[in-house]
Amino acid sequence: MDYKDIIASYADKPGGMIEAYHAVQRELSYLPVEAVTEAARVFNLPASAAYGVATFYSMFSVASRGKNVIRICESAPCHVAGAAEVVAALERELGVKMGESTANGQFALEYTECVGQCQATPVITINGKVHLDVSPAKVPAILAEYK
Amino acid sequence: MAEEMRIVLRNYGKIDPLKIDDYIAQGGYKSLEKASSMDKEALIEEVKKSNLRGRGGAGFNCGQKWSFAYRANADEKYVVCNADEGEPGTYKDRLIMENDPHTLIEGMAICAYAIGAAKGFIYLRGEYPQLIDILNTAIGQAKEKAVLKGFDIEVRSGAGAYVCGEETALIESIEGKRGEPRFKPPYPPSEGLWMKPTIVNNVETFASIPVIIEKGAEWYAGIGVPSYPGTKVFTLTGDVNNKTFFEVPTNTTIREIVYQFGGGIPGGKKFKAVQIGGTSGAFIPDSLLNTPVAFDNMSAIGATLGSGAVFVLDETRDIVDVTTRIAKFFEHESCGKCAPCREGTARMHELMELVNSGQGSLKDIELMQKLGNVMSIACLCGLGQAAPAPILTTIKHFGTDYNAKLM
Repeated sequence: MDYKDIIASYADKPGGMIEAYHAVQRELSYLPVEAVTEAARVFNLPASAAYGVATFYSMFSVASRGKNVIRICESAPCHVAGAAEVVAALERELGVKMGESTANGQFALEYTECVGQCQATPVITINGKVHLDVSPAKVPAILAEYK
Repeated sequence: MAEEMRIVLRNYGKIDPLKIDDYIAQGGYKSLEKASSMDKEALIEEVKKSNLRGRGGAGFNCGQKWSFAYRANADEKYVVCNADEGEPGTYKDRLIMENDPHTLIEGMAICAYAIGAAKGFIYLRGEYPQLIDILNTAIGQAKEKAVLKGFDIEVRSGAGAYVCGEETALIESIEGKRGEPRFKPPYPPSEGLWMKPTIVNNVETFASIPVIIEKGAEWYAGIGVPSYPGTKVFTLTGDVNNKTFFEVPTNTTIREIVYQFGGGIPGGKKFKAVQIGGTSGAFIPDSLLNTPVAFDNMSAIGATLGSGAVFVLDETRDIVDVTTRIAKFFEHESCGKCAPCREGTARMHELMELVNSGQGSLKDIELMQKLGNVMSIACLCGLGQAAPAPILTTIKHFGTDYNAKLM
């Protein structure tokens, strides 16, 4: 679906811009500047306000990024459970650094704070799906699900 | 020996969360029926008398909060559930919503009747997309069975901002804006969502309501510590044998939580510290472990109950390094609206990095203490006020760990 149609479908929802942004990102993985401008128009706000919202929340990205968004929790419980080794394994496996996307546009690698799955740390999420008790050894198999 | 007591998790594992009939078979929605037949003031009085205090961290008397919104005159009022569970190490609200969504919905509906609201929102953190369907299914079933009597609930997603757990920031976010806290007063019960009277309660608070109505205020007030009665759900992380959750009366001690429920420290290692209430909580040494977890008992030792996250560190952990990581968290999560927090969290992180890397001096420690005290008073919202707590309490209780890293 076109981003214009997506945003339009939230026009009648009071305060619906955040929901609209989520919906755009489900399609495009990020918020292109045209989508932010369109949201400002639809929700009758200055472009600065629409941009302000898009850049306030850590799950939104105004920069283009890979299709499958991998987020690694670096909050204290995951930190002491060995999140740093998982980060190293992901960087090695994908050949990119944290905050970057793979050249083929398949994966984006990001940090996140706690995702509330602390019964089995370290935790990563891919497109919101939770992977528990992640170890460097498990990384290739997890990534293979998305290739 | 402390025992588990399940109130908010009473249906955990007993029902299919996607089947309203399962919930009804356990007595579900009977409390809403009972509440709706009561005089509103009497209902609010009952909740007040139970002395249920908010489970999100602030510990305000729930019935009293409701009475403010009840007394407010407005054409529209709102009931908002704070499901923006963002405190690292906390997943109690997810457990409730995943396993018994109707108990939350019933609690919200009772509140709606009490204050005279027709519309409710569940503000669900963006990290829980899998719960959107569960909640919407449950809401749909409740509407179909007409148990909600015209009360409507909508689920709204957050998008990864810790500060939105603060109730006015959460309200701003539902309104579609940046999640920056508002100046208070006015408080939400008089002017909240779209400037209408609004009750914002935590998931665990709402989930306690149906049981209180069923069994009575007196019964609830008699559980645990009288000043903060009832139960609390705890989630254990870090260096404990049982990384799990449990619900206990509030007179349970920290020691019982770590050693009895948590099963102690793995690998025969010794206990070093426990942080309770999430990342903004104090680090507590062994000498204070016999403290009951209830709100005021925790305040008395300079700690907080907070969300009920319990993060345990064993003797081999570098507590200065862990605290540095936490300082980074707050710098990242500060919304930037007020200077004491925006600048304070950045400076605190900078100073912690300096000390952690072996380049700090006693002057830096003193500076952090001074700055931390200023922040706890001057910051606009709870985020900035609580942010220095892990640093200040580790300096206080684990000063030797800091001294060992100084230049």
